[in-house]
Amino acid sequence: MSDSGPRVLVVDDEPQIRRFLKTALGAHGYEVAEVDCGQEAIKQATFLHPDLVILDLGLPDMDGREVIERLREWSRVPILVLSVREREEEKIAALDAGADDYITKPFSTGELLARMRVAMRHLGPVEESPVIGLGDLVIDLPRRLVTVAGTRVKLTPTEYEILKTLATYAGRVVTHRQLLRQVWGPGSVEDTQYLRVYIRQLRSKIEREPARPEYIVTEPGVGYRLTSPEDHASGA
Amino acid sequence: MGEERRPDPEKILERIREDTGRGRLTVFLGAAAGVGKTYAMLEAAHEHLGKGLDVVIGWLDTHGRKETQALAEGIELLPAREVEYHGVTLREMDLDALLARHPQVAIVDELAHTNVAGSRHAKRYQDVEELLDAGIHVFTALNVQHVDSLNDVVQQITGVVVRETVPDRILDQAAEIRLVDLPPEELIHRLEEGKVYVPAQAAQALQRFFRPGNLNALRELALRKTTERVGGQLDTYMRRHDIEGPWAVRDRIVVCVGPSPFSANLIRVARRMAAQSRCEWIAATVEQPGRPPLNDAQKARLAENVRLAEELGAQVVSLTGDDVADTVARFAREHNVTQIVIGKPLKARLAEAWRGSLADRLIGQCPGIDIHVIPGEAYPREKRLRIFPGLRPRLVLRGYIVVLAGMALLTAILVALRDHLNVLDLNLIYLLPIMLAAMRWGIGPAFAAALLGLLCIDFFFVPPFYSLTVAQPGYAFTLGVFVTVGIIISGLAGRLKHEVQAAQTREARTEALFRMSRIFVAVEETQELLDLVAEEVAEDFATMAAILLPDETGRLSVQAYAPRSRPGGETALSLFDDNEIATATWAYQHGQTAGKGTDTLAGASALYVPLQATRGAVGVLAVAERADGERVLPEEWRMLQASADLIAVAVERLQLTEQARRADVLTRMEKLHLALLDSVSHDLRTPLASILGSVTSILEDDHLHDAESRRRLLGTIRDEAARMNHLIGNLLDMARIESGTLRLKRDWCDVADIVGAALSRVGRALEGRPIETRVPDDLPLLLGDFVLIEQVLVNLLDNAVKYSPVGSGIEIAARGQADLIEIVVRDRGFGILKEDLEAVFDKFHRVHRPGESVGTGLGLSICRGIVEASGGSILARQRDGGGTEIVFTLPAAPQAPMPQPEADEEGPDER
Repeated sequence: MSDSGPRVLVVDDEPQIRRFLKTALGAHGYEVAEVDCGQEAIKQATFLHPDLVILDLGLPDMDGREVIERLREWSRVPILVLSVREREEEKIAALDAGADDYITKPFSTGELLARMRVAMRHLGPVEESPVIGLGDLVIDLPRRLVTVAGTRVKLTPTEYEILKTLATYAGRVVTHRQLLRQVWGPGSVEDTQYLRVYIRQLRSKIEREPARPEYIVTEPGVGYRLTSPEDHASGA
Repeated sequence: MGEERRPDPEKILERIREDTGRGRLTVFLGAAAGVGKTYAMLEAAHEHLGKGLDVVIGWLDTHGRKETQALAEGIELLPAREVEYHGVTLREMDLDALLARHPQVAIVDELAHTNVAGSRHAKRYQDVEELLDAGIHVFTALNVQHVDSLNDVVQQITGVVVRETVPDRILDQAAEIRLVDLPPEELIHRLEEGKVYVPAQAAQALQRFFRPGNLNALRELALRKTTERVGGQLDTYMRRHDIEGPWAVRDRIVVCVGPSPFSANLIRVARRMAAQSRCEWIAATVEQPGRPPLNDAQKARLAENVRLAEELGAQVVSLTGDDVADTVARFAREHNVTQIVIGKPLKARLAEAWRGSLADRLIGQCPGIDIHVIPGEAYPREKRLRIFPGLRPRLVLRGYIVVLAGMALLTAILVALRDHLNVLDLNLIYLLPIMLAAMRWGIGPAFAAALLGLLCIDFFFVPPFYSLTVAQPGYAFTLGVFVTVGIIISGLAGRLKHEVQAAQTREARTEALFRMSRIFVAVEETQELLDLVAEEVAEDFATMAAILLPDETGRLSVQAYAPRSRPGGETALSLFDDNEIATATWAYQHGQTAGKGTDTLAGASALYVPLQATRGAVGVLAVAERADGERVLPEEWRMLQASADLIAVAVERLQLTEQARRADVLTRMEKLHLALLDSVSHDLRTPLASILGSVTSILEDDHLHDAESRRRLLGTIRDEAARMNHLIGNLLDMARIESGTLRLKRDWCDVADIVGAALSRVGRALEGRPIETRVPDDLPLLLGDFVLIEQVLVNLLDNAVKYSPVGSGIEIAARGQADLIEIVVRDRGFGILKEDLEAVFDKFHRVHRPGESVGTGLGLSICRGIVEASGGSILARQRDGGGTEIVFTLPAAPQAPMPQPEADEEGPDER
């Protein structure tokens, strides 16, 4: 990865954060460009064609959500959003506007790099990898087959749909609304209770220890994320 | 004199009252029209204009006088308000415009003017009072014949009845009275010159009025009135400057007020006496429970008299006693009264001849008190329509019929038994119906029964039978005794009935007030109290009642009303439109009763009584017009006032309680802030010290460190930074809970999911800890804020880790109960002392243990804040076998609609 030198555009008004990101990401071979406001971010994105945008939501000149919408008008560049713990609505709004993932401040470099990798991995269409493997969990999309450590797991159609949706975005957060829309249709986006019940069932079937899930990780107040145990290891 | 002269608190209060924001009233007083009041007033206005004051003419009657008009030029004139009244356009002063214009000085001519119906106030002097209340100084003009207390004197002197009067209290309020004087000859001269405005049709009457004798008398009155004032001002001045003077012993005058029209004269006499000796005066009414109750006309007149007395500045007391003389005398003695004013009826009553007149008896009972007896005038004696006003005529009529029928029946039976009875027995038997009739229907039917009984005995039982003649003189005597006894019984029984009735009314009144006061004691919650009180008032007065209280901005709104619904669908709430609220607001702001049945804003459909508490009005009690249109009677007025006073006290008490509570919250907030500062300075600086130390060590002494020690230092930096982050999160959570900005985002949550998320967030701290989670599979979903409940669990887990030995197990269990979901976190730690089990949830409560890491003291109180905001509860217990368990419950919600369960599991797609 260090050879290709992916270009990352960091949008944050705090110079300290920019300095830290430039140093840390530079060490990992990224080419880092930095701007301190939304207007500049949109301008630079058109010049630089970055491979990834790291966007802080608290910008002085414009709403982070607006920056995402403006970028999304013409670009599919992965956008990773920086936010704080209490701002769940802000994160959901950013994700709904087209951000690919978020990371909660403060974060560790390892966590950030893992998220960046996942975000950039998914530029191509999903169908290219019909079999998704996450540690012991293997989801064979063409055959609709799910195995954990080689053992087949029987899933109901809804359970399978949920897992498939999560797997499509493996490593990235999927909001409650996105999941509900995908699985139950646009009329059910508010019915979180469906999701809670099926996630519970799904975990009891695929997790080793459902009370401390490794695959289907809860993002409190936002949604769910399908991860592999290796991701945990590289995380904080 | 060594003794220090302390200022009298009364005097201080008076001065404060004078120094408050109220406007100053200057009255230009004249003896008659044409003396030049308006002219003098305008001159004074120019003087003020010259001093740079803002002067506006609110109302001016120049009566076409050129000099006056010329003088008015150069002063801003407020346009008049035009009012349509019965097809005629009338012009009135525009009070609202004047209030809005808010000049420093307003000129309002003709103080005694009566406003056209539909104006806010019935009288212009009320407009002026409102201007004064608004802090506007007012110049006004008044003729002496319009002064209320002088009204009867003027009438006596001039023979002209003046209806437009101004209460004396207005003059008493005046900061200054300027006498505009003109010798009578000159005035008459001006009149002849045509300088005095005289409408053609009234010319003759006015010619009679403007006679030198009249004018002299009026002039004297005006002068006297002004001197009274000057005397008063001197008095005030001396008191204000603590000049010792030969203070006369304070007089106190009582005037006895009854329902007679003549009482109004007595009141005016008493007012004059009180004004001259500058003392307080009391108008006393005596309620006689043994007497037949007053009829409506009498009640109305009594109420009018009482109101007159109040307007003239009297303190009104209502006494109760059977004997007027005894009652008044007792009151006079108990209250150090020095003078009593009573009236003397023209015709002495029979009873007075027997017991002595009221005056005689008062003189006998009150040595040392001056008794002034004012001879009455001949007033048309009111026609007595009903003998017994307490009962409806139809009921009494039925009484007569029953008496007649009963007597016939009794006589028929007795005639059959005639041979076995003697006249004495018969006398006794016939007394029975008399008594019954007296008790049931009062004196009339009883008297009829006595008469009938006499006739029956004579006709049927006294020989010769069937004739009214009496054969033996002995029988005549017996019959005479019978009639006498019958009449006495009638009287006694009738009187007993009145007394019972009166006692019942009084008892009902007392009972109602008692009930209300009991509500106040029993009820702590404001809304409940208001509802109950409104209900009580509505019931007592058989109408709709409402209580209006102001919000923070002083806007009144209906807080409680009763009855909640009325036949016809109209509720009390729909009654209170903008007009009604405006009336209520006026009553509230001015502390005076307004609305239906009063002089102020009488167009309203309810009566508004301000709730006067010790610190001013706290709200308004509204009583709607009754459905049958019957007005509120005088004794009900008193009752209403008493109710309003009680409510006021209760509302004020609640408000004070609320204030005290707020003050308490403030002190607690202050303590919290102190603790917060303490915590911030300690808990933030400690990790910062470690971080800074480690960093400087790496930067400055890098050559001294090997890879291992460098890693350790960096690890410290990471851990301490995480700790700071945790603390800042806690402080933010606490601040959110404390400031009330914590908003719950309720959604369906799976407890197992929350537990998993919490465990993953606590993360590395749990390494090496056996964790046991027990969440039943069938535990229903929870309706709550996922993030916040997760925070509770994170805090509990943090504590469990912090306060238990390394490697000891932690247990999380959840279970569903009837309508609760209970979640427990257990550890095998050091436990919490029994006496600390409550206190651990307090802010900044820390468990100090030597050698242990000290927490922020916030974690558990944040948990409590979140759990309680979610409608649950939290408590700490000592765990059996050592350790701590923290239990919190959350309300279980009715379950959300679920999709159909999928029975069939899907196999692999084998195609």
